[in-house]
Amino acid sequence: MKIAISSPDGKADSEFSGRFGRCEYFILMQTDTDEWEKVKNPARGSRGGSGPQVVQFLANQGVDVIISGRYGPNAYTALQASAVEPYLAQSGTPLDLLGAFREGKLRKAAGPSGPGHHR
Amino acid sequence: MMRIAIASGKGGTGKTTIAASLAQTLSREKSLSVLVSDCDVEGPNLHLYLQPDFKDTKPVFQMIPEVDNETCTGCGICADVCQFNAIVVLNDKPLVFPELCHGCGSCTLTCPEAAIREVPVKIGMLMRGPGKSQINLRQGTLDIGEPQAVPIISALKKWYFPEIPDLEIIDSPPGASCPVVEALRGADYVLLVTEPTPFGLHDLKQAYQVTEELGLHAGVIINRASFDEKGVREFCLNHDLPILLQIPLDQQIGEGIARGKTLVEIFPEYEEEFIDMYEDIKKRLLEC
Repeated sequence: MKIAISSPDGKADSEFSGRFGRCEYFILMQTDTDEWEKVKNPARGSRGGSGPQVVQFLANQGVDVIISGRYGPNAYTALQASAVEPYLAQSGTPLDLLGAFREGKLRKAAGPSGPGHHR
Repeated sequence: MMRIAIASGKGGTGKTTIAASLAQTLSREKSLSVLVSDCDVEGPNLHLYLQPDFKDTKPVFQMIPEVDNETCTGCGICADVCQFNAIVVLNDKPLVFPELCHGCGSCTLTCPEAAIREVPVKIGMLMRGPGKSQINLRQGTLDIGEPQAVPIISALKKWYFPEIPDLEIIDSPPGASCPVVEALRGADYVLLVTEPTPFGLHDLKQAYQVTEELGLHAGVIINRASFDEKGVREFCLNHDLPILLQIPLDQQIGEGIARGKTLVEIFPEYEEEFIDMYEDIKKRLLEC
């Protein structure tokens, strides 16, 4: 399974980023091999619609699960159309959050987290 | 036909009051046929002064792509060409975000399977009709929750009355972004209305930059002139911007406007000032 976690600096051992569509990096983790890599968020600087762009990008990377702090309405709509499952976290490093996810301690997002960011 | 646009960076400087007063003066005293276009489509309120009978109305539509999933192969070209991130392809199926779409048609044109057609979605209304002092008024209104003012303004500017007026006065939205650019485009002269506060000056600079970018002639009206106008004066001097009119801060003007009266209805003596300003603008346009 491949997990993407939003990150401000691309480091697996520093605090994750609560932002989804406009975070700086994603940490991509392979749960079976424990290998990880960082990727820059290609939609970070877009004028609008970054949420769906990121979902498309991560889906193309073969991601199965995303862990972030909140998902806007457009991002959530795109997530529903994809096979990617969004989970919510409040704090922790990507390594902590991977552990929490494995232990079943993270909650799946049941809807968009508040209004859009770009209206 | 001459076209004068009235703009300001800051909101609430008096654009609409000046637009209505100038229109009334020139229609009544110079017998010009005047058309006023209220381009402040997020909050058009010039009609409160001119009380028109909006006989004609017309909805404005934007064309939004609709994908035929039977024909679509999920190639993703539509998502690649979209400059506004309005389409993503997930599980080989395009997903359209209508509120991000600018209606440019690129996806429809480039789809190799011709699987996309465009369907109209209403985003606002246009209205036009005769108002007070034989002035024709047209206005656009953006529907609540719709994000794009520019298509409404551009549709409004193309929706002409059958008869061509002697003068068109454009009441621009406040600010210095795309809707203002769309409203000012094609104007012969731009009146920048400001007030002598740090806020008025700051936003005047932005509005002036828009006129510079568009290569439009501009002059300044200082409204609520009362205290230190030095900042505005210096800026105008340094940028060769003529100050065409000053309207003092006056409680009676404020009270009159609060009752829905234009400046020339409150103080008819301003008619002379508006006529002088109009003649001054005509002269300046002839000289350049």
